[in-house]
Amino acid sequence: MTAWSALIRRDIRIALRVGGGALIGVLFFLTVVVLMPFAVGPDLAQLARLGPAILWLGALLASLLTLDRLFMADHEDGSLDLITMSRTPLELACAAKALAHWLAAGLPLIVATPVLGLLLNLDMVATAAVALTLLAGTPALTFTGMIGAALAVTLHRGGLLMAVLVLPLSIPVLIFGVAASQAAITEPSSFGAPFSILCALSLVSMVIGPFAAAASLKHGLD
Amino acid sequence: MTLIDLANPTRFLALSARVLPWLAAATVILLTIGLYQSAYAPDDYQQGATVKIMFIHVPNAWLSMFVWGVMSIASLGTLVWRHPLADVAAKAAAPIGAAFTFLALLTGSLWGRPMWGTYWEWDARLTSVLILFLMYLGLMALWRAVEDPSRAARAAAVLTLVGAINLPIIKFSVDWWNTLHQPASVMRMGGSTLDKAFLIPLLVMAVAFTLLFVTLHIAAMRNEILRRRVRSLQMMQASRVAFSSEVGTGSRQENASKGTA
Repeated sequence: MTAWSALIRRDIRIALRVGGGALIGVLFFLTVVVLMPFAVGPDLAQLARLGPAILWLGALLASLLTLDRLFMADHEDGSLDLITMSRTPLELACAAKALAHWLAAGLPLIVATPVLGLLLNLDMVATAAVALTLLAGTPALTFTGMIGAALAVTLHRGGLLMAVLVLPLSIPVLIFGVAASQAAITEPSSFGAPFSILCALSLVSMVIGPFAAAASLKHGLD
Repeated sequence: MTLIDLANPTRFLALSARVLPWLAAATVILLTIGLYQSAYAPDDYQQGATVKIMFIHVPNAWLSMFVWGVMSIASLGTLVWRHPLADVAAKAAAPIGAAFTFLALLTGSLWGRPMWGTYWEWDARLTSVLILFLMYLGLMALWRAVEDPSRAARAAAVLTLVGAINLPIIKFSVDWWNTLHQPASVMRMGGSTLDKAFLIPLLVMAVAFTLLFVTLHIAAMRNEILRRRVRSLQMMQASRVAFSSEVGTGSRQENASKGTA
C-alpha cells in the first residue's frame, strides 16, 4: 500500500511542477469555451441553452489533451520499466497512475467549471449540475482514456491515433453527462436516471481500465 | 482435426484450399435462392416494395456485430492461448466487418428515407452502429501503425476486447431506449413477430451472408499468411545483403550482382 500511495504522490507532484502540464488542460478548457461564442454567436439565451454541452465538450477535449502524458513521460525516462518490474501488480500501478492523473488534471477542470459557467450565462443550478456530472463522469474519461494511452505508448506515432481510438469509447459518457445536466435545467425530464448511468459508467471503467491498460503495457513493451 | 492442428499455417493453407471452393459454391447457391425468394416475397401492406431492403439490411447489420464477435474470440486466442493463426484471423476480419457495417448503415439510411422521412436520425441503434463503424476504422488504423505484426496483434486484441462492450449495447439499444428504430422482431422471447413469407427469405439471406463472410474471411486469412511469408522472406534477404556487405568489403561487386538476382 505504501508503494501505491508513493506512486500517486509522485505522479501528482510531477504533474503539478514545471513541465508536467496538468494545468495546461484548464487553460485549454478555457480557450475552447471562449471560442464557442465566436462560433455560435454571442446570443446569451442561446449560449445558456448550449452551455452544458459546450462545457462537457471542452472538458472531454481537455482531458484527451493531457492523456498522452499518462505513460509517455515515464516511458521516455525509463521509469515505466521500473514500475512494470516492481512487486506492485501492474494493474494496481495503472489504477494509481490514473487516479493521480484524475486528481491532477481532471479535478482542476471541475473547479474551473463555475467560472466558465459565468462566461456562458449559466445560472447557479445549471452550473452546479454540470459540475456534479463532470465530477461523476470525468473518472470514466480518464480510466477509458488510459487504455488508449497505454496502447499509444507502445507505438511511435501514437498521439493522433490515440484520439481516434479513445473518442468512440467516450461517447456514452458524453451522452449521459449532457443528458443529466440538461435534465437539471429543463423541468420534465428526470436528473436521476442519466446521472446514475453516468456513475455506473465511471465504476465500470474503473474496473476494466486498469486491466486493459496493464495488459496492453505487458504485451507491448517486451 | 482440432483447432490445434490448424496452428500450422502450411496445414491451414492446404486445408483451406480444399474447403474454399465448396464454401464459395454454397454461398453462391444460397445467395441465389435467397435473392430469388426475396424478389418474389409479397409486398408489405404498409411499406410496399421497400420492405425488400430488409433482406439486405438485416443480414448486413447482423454480420457487423457477428464479425466483431469473431474478432473478440480471435483476440482471446491471441492473448490467452497464443494461437499463431488467431491474430491472422482478427486482422483479416476487420476490413470485412467494416464493409458489412458500412453497408448496414447505407441500406438502413436508404430504407429510412421513404419510411421515416429522413436519411439519418440520432437514434440509439443508429448511433451505436456508427460508433461500431468508427471503432472498426480505428482498429484498422492501429493494425497499420505498428510495424511488427505480433506486437500489433496484441495491441489490437486488447482494443477489440474492450470494444466488445459495445455489442450488447447495440443489441439491446432498441429495447432500452425506445426511439425511432423498431424493436427486435426476429430474435426475441416468445418467437418471431415476422410473417413466414418474410421470415424464411430473411433467414436464408442471413445464412447466405454468414457463408459469404466465412468464405471472404478464409480467403483474406490466406492472403495475410502469404503476405507475412513475403515479408519475412524480404527481411531475410535484406539481412543477408547487409551481412555480406559488412563482411566482404573486397567482394562488393559480387554482392551487388547477388542482390539484384
